[in-house]
Amino acid sequence: MTSSNDWPLYEVFIRARGGLDHKHVGSIHATDERMALEHARDVYTRRQEGVSIWVVRSSAIVASDPSDAEAFFEPARDKVYRHPTFYDIPDEVKTL
Amino acid sequence: MDTAALAERFQARIDADERIEPKDWMPDAYRRTLIRQMSQHAHSEIVGMLPEGNWITRAPTLKRKAILMAKVQDEGGHGAYLYGATETLGVTRDALIEELLAGAARYSSIFNYPTPTWADIGAIGWLVDGAAIMNQIPLCRCSYGPYARAMVRICKEESFHQRQGYDIMLALARGTDAQRRMAQEALDRWWWPALMMFGPPDADSKHSAQSMRWRIKRFSNDELRRRFIEFTVPQAEYLGLAVPQGEIDWSEFEQVLAGHGPCNRERIAARRRAHESGRWVREAALAWADKQRSKRREAV
Ligand SMILES: [Fe+2]
Ligand SMILES: [Fe+2]
Repeated sequence: MTSSNDWPLYEVFIRARGGLDHKHVGSIHATDERMALEHARDVYTRRQEGVSIWVVRSSAIVASDPSDAEAFFEPARDKVYRHPTFYDIPDEVKTL
Repeated sequence: MDTAALAERFQARIDADERIEPKDWMPDAYRRTLIRQMSQHAHSEIVGMLPEGNWITRAPTLKRKAILMAKVQDEGGHGAYLYGATETLGVTRDALIEELLAGAARYSSIFNYPTPTWADIGAIGWLVDGAAIMNQIPLCRCSYGPYARAMVRICKEESFHQRQGYDIMLALARGTDAQRRMAQEALDRWWWPALMMFGPPDADSKHSAQSMRWRIKRFSNDELRRRFIEFTVPQAEYLGLAVPQGEIDWSEFEQVLAGHGPCNRERIAARRRAHESGRWVREAALAWADKQRSKRREAV
């Protein structure tokens, strides 16, 4: 865990251009949300890499466990009928 | 699953060129190796700001000053990316910085050399950042995800560093006799230390084989050094400068690593001073943020 005099850790997400999703770029230490935003701007967007930034306390992120990944994602594996390629459509049928 | 089976699956993932992410199982030695290498890398970025910082207030023109400030600021950013990436392995930035300030951590030996003239700033950008790029490009494909991603971001910024350095050298090479001499002397000073940045010869490199197997490292020290020389010699010729002839003096490298380089003490002392003089700011900022939070709670 963080030692007493270390500033809290925030994860940083940046939208590179309008129309794109915010993408995780790294982390930053700051005393509060506003400083986290300003530090994220200084550290991660010195060359206009973004038009919008999200910061969130690292401790607030809930993540799936990689050691459970198989069981966790298993239910989707046998549902091949969710993919368009599952269906054999005769060549004569167009634009489908 | 027992450790042997986990270790086998881990190596299989590496062999398949998969990336390892922070919460994935990894051998302790892999984690320790990464913490050591990544924190040394972060420290190098931060300590590396000092030799160049020495010339910010004395840059010959306003343009050169703005460029040098941007470059040194980038290095601070690189340190921040790398400390952040190292923290994903379960250590704190605070603890890593404590190690550096206590003199218990290493950083690149190159930053223990002084910058007596403006030409040294040109030579650093051209040669030191040039050698760093050569080392760092393969790290963009290293097996540990957060390290690889940080390196992608860093490599995008390094090219400017190298070019602004070469641009300084060009201006001096096209200048007066005294300026050309200054450029040559800086090349003479930085050539051997820059070649040492690739680490000891392959035969003496104790961590290399394991790091290659883990795909933290993809090329040997000598291979990267050879490639750097191949690229750099024609660049020196274009400047009309003579590349020093001879052999690398590895005893000098050992001396600098052991703490006996020209500026080892000065560098750590400068970092300690900066850390201590910034302490009240860090504490005040934290106290202020706490106070604001409790005020907001009271207002609800
Ligand atoms: Fe850097
Ligand atoms: Fe650089």
